[in-house]
Amino acid sequence: MTETKEIRYQGHLHELQKQLMGDYYAQLTAIATGRSDTKNAHLLIAGNPVELVRAFGMIPVFPEVNVLQLAVRKQSLPLIQKAEELGYAVDNCAYVKADVGLYLSGYQAPYGTIPKADLLLCNYVGCNVYLNWFEHLAELTGAPAVNIDIPFVRSADGEPSPGDVDYVVKQLEELIVQLENITGTSLDMPRLRRTVENSALVGEMWAEIKDLTKRRPAPYDAYFDSVTMMAVLYCLRGTDEAVTFFEAAREELSRRAAKGEGPLPEERFRVVIEGPPPWPFLRVFRDMFSRWGAVAVASTYSTVGGIWEFGFRHDPQRPIESIARHMLQYNLCNRTFLQRYDQMARYVDEWSADAVVIHSVKSCRLFSAGQGDMREYFVREREVPTLLIESDLEDPRYFSQAQLRNRIDAFFEALSQRRLTAASDAQLAAGGAR
Amino acid sequence: MTLATAAPIEAVERYRESVEDRAFPTVREWRARTGRMVTGCFPVYAPVELAYAAGMLPVGLFGAGNQIEMAHADSRFQSFICSIVKSTLELAFVDRLAPFDALMFESICDPARNLASVMARNFPDRHVTYVHLPQNMTSPATVDYLAGEYRRAADELGTVSGHVVGTEDLRSAIGAFNGLRARLREIYQLRASSPEKISTAELYTLARLATLTDPADSEPLIAESIATARARESRPKDRVRVVLVGSFCEQPPLELITAIEESGCYILDDDFLLGWRLFKRDIAVDGDPFRALALAYLDGSVHLSTKHDLRQPRAAALIASARAHRADAVIFLGAKFCEPGLFDYALYRKALEQEAIPHLFLEFEEKMWMYDKIRTEVETFVESMLFT
Ligand code: SF4
Ligand code: SF4
Repeated sequence: MTETKEIRYQGHLHELQKQLMGDYYAQLTAIATGRSDTKNAHLLIAGNPVELVRAFGMIPVFPEVNVLQLAVRKQSLPLIQKAEELGYAVDNCAYVKADVGLYLSGYQAPYGTIPKADLLLCNYVGCNVYLNWFEHLAELTGAPAVNIDIPFVRSADGEPSPGDVDYVVKQLEELIVQLENITGTSLDMPRLRRTVENSALVGEMWAEIKDLTKRRPAPYDAYFDSVTMMAVLYCLRGTDEAVTFFEAAREELSRRAAKGEGPLPEERFRVVIEGPPPWPFLRVFRDMFSRWGAVAVASTYSTVGGIWEFGFRHDPQRPIESIARHMLQYNLCNRTFLQRYDQMARYVDEWSADAVVIHSVKSCRLFSAGQGDMREYFVREREVPTLLIESDLEDPRYFSQAQLRNRIDAFFEALSQRRLTAASDAQLAAGGAR
Repeated sequence: MTLATAAPIEAVERYRESVEDRAFPTVREWRARTGRMVTGCFPVYAPVELAYAAGMLPVGLFGAGNQIEMAHADSRFQSFICSIVKSTLELAFVDRLAPFDALMFESICDPARNLASVMARNFPDRHVTYVHLPQNMTSPATVDYLAGEYRRAADELGTVSGHVVGTEDLRSAIGAFNGLRARLREIYQLRASSPEKISTAELYTLARLATLTDPADSEPLIAESIATARARESRPKDRVRVVLVGSFCEQPPLELITAIEESGCYILDDDFLLGWRLFKRDIAVDGDPFRALALAYLDGSVHLSTKHDLRQPRAAALIASARAHRADAVIFLGAKFCEPGLFDYALYRKALEQEAIPHLFLEFEEKMWMYDKIRTEVETFVESMLFT
């Protein structure tokens, strides 16, 4: 094992992202403090119709992004506890609890102030907790709420039926009427097309960026570094700023790839990581992999809000239908658990990974329920070394550092051993043949 | 049994053991008698009529209760997942699902949805139908969607059974379950108005039996049982009148229900097995039956923790039920790790406190077999109620 020195993971892109996100939160704060009368809709990350929201000049607010940032800053626990005092259970998704706690604290976060929703737009894409979450926000805040129901994938080939598409398109058309009422303007179709076109451009660049990690070494970590790009992908999708950001990202990462640069001094293991990260301990967690030279070449978490790497693009010619398709079919959350196995298997094969790491989080049963079976599948059916570890994405009480480190060390120790054995077997075989 | 002195209800005596028996004796008997197939229906709500119309018996598949040791499923689903998900999978691993030809799961929560996938992967020979129940209850487009979804599910089940579901098949299936649900409403009404005549343990046994038998068989049994209970001359006891919520999916052991009653409560309303008695009134049997079934779900069903109807907040519905039943208190009896139930509790608690209705929070697991702790908690709660 190579003990890595203090690694600087963050570069130029990170700075650019910080600036964009700072501007975004400044806009939210301006609304919350009455300095702007821009309308806002709260919505959820998994497959959402943010293009419609943007086309009305409204600004999207993502509670998931708000609370994960609190966790990164190690400020989630008091908010979670505040919600628990109200009767929320220890076993409820901590994202929801942190958001409830944040609301009860006047929506004041260190990165900005969150405005109360003009519309609670619950895009029910896979996660059932989304429904509870926005129902609770509606009760707490009294804001108007709507559920956009996205039929979960039920067919073996993952295709929604024409009836499913029709159903979602109709709901989006009803949503347009609601947004018209909120903003007092009617839908500007050319503006919607431009927004959707921006999403298509970003989708294209994001897919190209994801392709870069097929190289050796991967120019960035597809789990830990993807997070930087995901913030912009989700919060600013549809805007010109997002396009500019992704142009810069593509350029920088392609340059690194061309120069053979990776995020670590040496790439020893290529892994696929499944599951959301433990936000309160992101850096510590990353170091546990870095010290083994392990780099994520692909991750399922980076597809929660959309899967672009297998070909989907928004279509400005059919904006509403393509938004519906994105919600129905092209994001991780609305696909079946077995389709996730297939997605990961594809990553292992096409991105040439040595192993799978499953990070099981207690809060998020959408992600985690059944991951023991997933491990079983990868170990037994596909013979891929697979590590299953547990903690949480928001609640620091479930992160057991020593235990995680032991498990990760033992796993990579065994992988190294296996590699040595395979190498000496190969040498022996070569010697024998000579 | 609290009503030991009252005339026994024959069906309760006969089936008390078998409703918890994971060898599924009633199901095996039906299969042997009819030679037909069976669909296992995971809670909370399954459109059972579709299976029945395909010539199959829809059977409630409520996990393994406290009847089976976990040996395989624990390694597939983590410690923080509710029992019923794991034990239902365990039943398959130990071949207890042999009497089931197909399984139906619905979009009730994230673990149940992933269970449908895990089940399908590990047991590919048993067909799995997954039904997406809508959560936009106000869009005019929803009814068409849901009718289409039911048609799709019926086609799948029809392919398994070899009997294509026609309009008349579905109409008569709806008729059969209308009859059963009317009886269940009736027995619930009887308990609400005269809880001294029928205990919840008795009522539960009968309602559970209804999930394990052909409605053609269970409906007359329940009708007979209602007649027996009505004729009892029991006198009301000095007990705390409660409405119970939180047990809509995973089911508490029957002994636990008995323990709560024996600790001094009359349970006047509950959400046990709620999916099997979801509708407030009969479903129309004229017109397009798929549409009728869909409309019943959208507009004719009672509130349910896994149905997010923004028109009717569930906490308000709970308060209304407590008021309508003149309840002294509410007991929340939630399955451990059940996310939808636990989320609802936070809203219930707020509403109950606002309305100054006392409540008790209890958690259970289907696999539990010691009830002393809960019994003591209920007794303490009852005493505090009686003395205030
Ligand atoms: S359960 Fe998972 S996907 Fe759903 S809100 Fe919580 S963290 Fe997000
Ligand atoms: S008990 Fe709750 S968490 Fe478990 S399957 Fe049922 S609804 Fe889902």
